[in-house]
Amino acid sequence: MDTNKHMQFVSDAKALSDLQKTLQQSKEFTSDKVFICAGGSCITSGSMKVKDAFLSHLASTPLNDCIEVMETGCLGPCALGPVVVIGKDDTFYQKVRVQDVKEIVEKHLLGGTVVESLLYAVDEKKVSKKSELPFFKNQDKQVLRNCGKINPTKIADYIAQDGYQALCRVLTKSTPEQVVEEVTISGLRGRGGAGFPTGTKWNFARKSKDSIKYILCNADEGDPGAFMDRSILEGDPHSIIEGMAIGAFAIGSTQGYVYVRAEYPLAVERLQIAIDQARTYGLIGKNILGAGFDFDLEIRKGSGAFVCGEETALITSIEGNRGEPRPRPPFPAEKGLWNKPTVLNNVETFSNIPLLINLGGAQFAETGTEKSKGTKIFALAGTVKISGLVEVPVGTPLRKLVYDIGGGISTHKKYKAAQIGGPSGGCIPAEHLDVPLDYESLNKLGAIMGSGGLIVMDESSCMVDVARFFLEFVQDESCGKCVPCREGTARMKQIVERICSGKGELKDIDELEKLASTVTNASLCGLGQTAPNPVLSTLRHFREEYIEHIVDKKCRTAVCKDLIVFEILDLCNGCQACKKVCPVEAIHGDKKHIHNIDDDVCIRCGLCLSTCKFEAIIKY
Amino acid sequence: MTKVNKCSCGNDDEGLLQRLEEIIISFKDKPGALIPVLQATQSLFGFIPEEAILKISEKLNEPLSKVYGVITFYSFFSLKPRGKFLIRVCLGTACYVQGANEVLTALKQQLSIDIGETSADKLFTLDVGRCFGACGLAPIIMVNEEVHQWVKPSDVKKILSTYKKQKTGSKEEINQEEIS
Repeated sequence: MDTNKHMQFVSDAKALSDLQKTLQQSKEFTSDKVFICAGGSCITSGSMKVKDAFLSHLASTPLNDCIEVMETGCLGPCALGPVVVIGKDDTFYQKVRVQDVKEIVEKHLLGGTVVESLLYAVDEKKVSKKSELPFFKNQDKQVLRNCGKINPTKIADYIAQDGYQALCRVLTKSTPEQVVEEVTISGLRGRGGAGFPTGTKWNFARKSKDSIKYILCNADEGDPGAFMDRSILEGDPHSIIEGMAIGAFAIGSTQGYVYVRAEYPLAVERLQIAIDQARTYGLIGKNILGAGFDFDLEIRKGSGAFVCGEETALITSIEGNRGEPRPRPPFPAEKGLWNKPTVLNNVETFSNIPLLINLGGAQFAETGTEKSKGTKIFALAGTVKISGLVEVPVGTPLRKLVYDIGGGISTHKKYKAAQIGGPSGGCIPAEHLDVPLDYESLNKLGAIMGSGGLIVMDESSCMVDVARFFLEFVQDESCGKCVPCREGTARMKQIVERICSGKGELKDIDELEKLASTVTNASLCGLGQTAPNPVLSTLRHFREEYIEHIVDKKCRTAVCKDLIVFEILDLCNGCQACKKVCPVEAIHGDKKHIHNIDDDVCIRCGLCLSTCKFEAIIKY
Repeated sequence: MTKVNKCSCGNDDEGLLQRLEEIIISFKDKPGALIPVLQATQSLFGFIPEEAILKISEKLNEPLSKVYGVITFYSFFSLKPRGKFLIRVCLGTACYVQGANEVLTALKQQLSIDIGETSADKLFTLDVGRCFGACGLAPIIMVNEEVHQWVKPSDVKKILSTYKKQKTGSKEEINQEEIS
């Protein structure tokens, strides 16, 4: 893994800047590079085999000594993985297979000709440069500045890109109060969902007189559809460590914990490597950079409980208990981990800190809207052409994300809604596609920014079913401590299930709204207080679909299974294609005879429908 | 609750309990040690056996009721032995809207088990997850640590058969790797 040729203890500010200069002049830094995305998704798509193929094909060429094959963090367009970028001319190759590597090496790296077949096409026109692809061109990568540029397992790469300079600056030139002030001026708001001003939070903890304080990083990214924290942890872990160290200095803490969810083993691995390296270099530990400041960091792994993303539940979990939330006040800044003043921010927030310090709060605040500053990372997924990770200034219209960056809808159907903010969020219908993505505008539509999960849905999604899905989620993940959340979400789920199965009545809608209000107002923590949002938001924007399910007993998208039937028509010529593809053997019939579907066995997966070449199967 | 001597993996149970004791000692002075110790136990045995709970309670000086309460709160801990391959179907939003439920149904049918159950041959345990953060590849399923992307219900048979053929890699080896 990391050879760390330049491994050394960094004793003070001068040593850090000397090291940076040495690293920037080193061969590793200046050599031509082939960047291979080693984000979780690209690894799944086989990027490590592609990397090995590059190494072995390059070995026998004269380029072996002058091109470095570099593993990087997530480049962004996960759906196009494995992705490879040729550093010299910024060529972006998509869906690279092992067998394509020989051609890239021979034709492009040796011969200087781009391999057309592996380029991404926009409107049937191939684009070779990464910077000219709409997916990248329309973004503003600030927090993700290093993802795709450095090897996340090498601290040297991070230091060469100005890494730990912000920490150095605050330790040698600022007082803790000045750091808090700078963060306050920047207008940075917590990226975990609620958008609380980070400077204000730090100020509360700063003012506390207690000699022991803690700083926690919430990396329990549980919102389904959100994977920005995962990508930062995997792609630029040192930015989180640096941000936490700066935060610790500002509030007067010497110990931090990162709470990472158990579903992210690669993130845990890379963060642990980063922590160990930072400690070896003296960038965390005792007397950091000779400035007399001590700070150390430990990883705590989650164990699969969504509610632990709520700050007080996370604290209770680190303490070794069932992850149940506690009432606030007292707020964690006053009484948090082991009853000590505690600051808890999420991964993306901490990753913003070094950037903010380097730019200065005032310049940081130039990006974004009046009330929401900086950039926001969104995890774009669902039925868009290019799903993946994107970063844009806060306040960018939703349409730009879906169409300019994401390339539009991937199916032949129309855009129906974007679900933003996970189980606490809401759906944004087509008529609001121009909504600026900032905290206030989204609230007005009954959605929230949340952590930035953005799932695009086309017309094949049933919005009542989406509401049912989220209720099932929150009901399953409710910790059960308070009654409104535990019982309220269960009753709401029952009602929506009844509607989905065609047994709903019109009064159910009123009942849902009444329950939603109780759950919102009476629940103990954020999970319960926001749990009804997906229902309220779909009722607001797609009420007619609820009424169709109740009055007409019809699901227009044919998603609600109790309301649909599959049938084979007389057009069937008995080719047996549907029979072979049926995963549950629900289709019967001899060759060259009309087949039929056993409705009791059928799981309504629709595979037969998509397989039949003769349009002999219908669903209604 | 399942006792350790009923463990299907055929490992030396006493050896594992001895190893657990070493783990507990290494965590003993750390605040909030219970959950890391339970995570190590889960990796070591593949589940949390009764003997382990008794030992953890005694050595960490935590009431049995608390240890049990913590175990049952978190979905990663299991009181029953799991199959050699833990299949987790992602039911996050992106996977759900792209058909994860149909994949889950196909798995249930093929394995003749429900969520949380283990197949009769002790090979597969079926579970669901809430977003593994690979939404760009939806729908996905995870088999142990391996991710399968863009899964269709018709792929399920083939995926299962590749694991059925896998004879190598004993549970002990996998567990040791996880711990180290």
